[in-house]
Amino acid sequence: MLNIALLIAFALVTAAFALALWRLLKGPSAPDRILALDTLYINAIALLVLLGIHFGSDLYFEAALLIALMGFVGTVALCKFLLRGDIIE
Amino acid sequence: MNDATELLLSLLVLAGAIFTFIGSFGLARLDDFYTRLHGPTKATTLGVGSLLIASATYFSVTGDSLSLHEVLVALFLFITAPVSAHLLAKAALHQRLTSLAPLPENAENRPGDALPAAPPSRAEPDTRGEIPNTPGGAHDTSLRERGT
Repeated sequence: MLNIALLIAFALVTAAFALALWRLLKGPSAPDRILALDTLYINAIALLVLLGIHFGSDLYFEAALLIALMGFVGTVALCKFLLRGDIIE
Repeated sequence: MNDATELLLSLLVLAGAIFTFIGSFGLARLDDFYTRLHGPTKATTLGVGSLLIASATYFSVTGDSLSLHEVLVALFLFITAPVSAHLLAKAALHQRLTSLAPLPENAENRPGDALPAAPPSRAEPDTRGEIPNTPGGAHDTSLRERGT
């Protein structure tokens, strides 16, 4: 039962990746693209957690934690660039 | 792992995946930036939260001890999601993106309406005459970056 649920969940998260990628390519403005990148890293964390359950390995959490840290830093840096025209002032 | 635990895990995994999908679906389908901002934040809190609860339960049941790595990821995401959403909204307001909501003064909803003028301490002079909702925001910031 858990295997079937995991398969459906993989399909849904992959569809979520495709929709966020579509928004990233379409735009139309720069904050839209930053929001799409933000959604993409959230989806990557979800996919890594699902892979961790599927393979029964807890190595995936280190990767998920790193992606959470780096994704947040990237979103803040891009927003600061749009707001101030510079990242480190 | 008994049947009840497996049923609980399946429900949590399905709920998390469905909320993640709904968040990205809202990002792709909604009409302006400020409504689009609403979708992925729900995917963060509800979707990834459910998945992390499912993962913590799974590794606590199958492993030999209580697994609490996932709480770290969940805590970090729950702290950072409002901060990044706030910064994104600030960046969108700075870029003068138009909203679907009518303006407070003249309550008409024309798509060409600009936002009310920002305070002069916050607004850069070369964004003053820019038409809102153009995709050329990167060009504008590159000009300002050269200026500073």
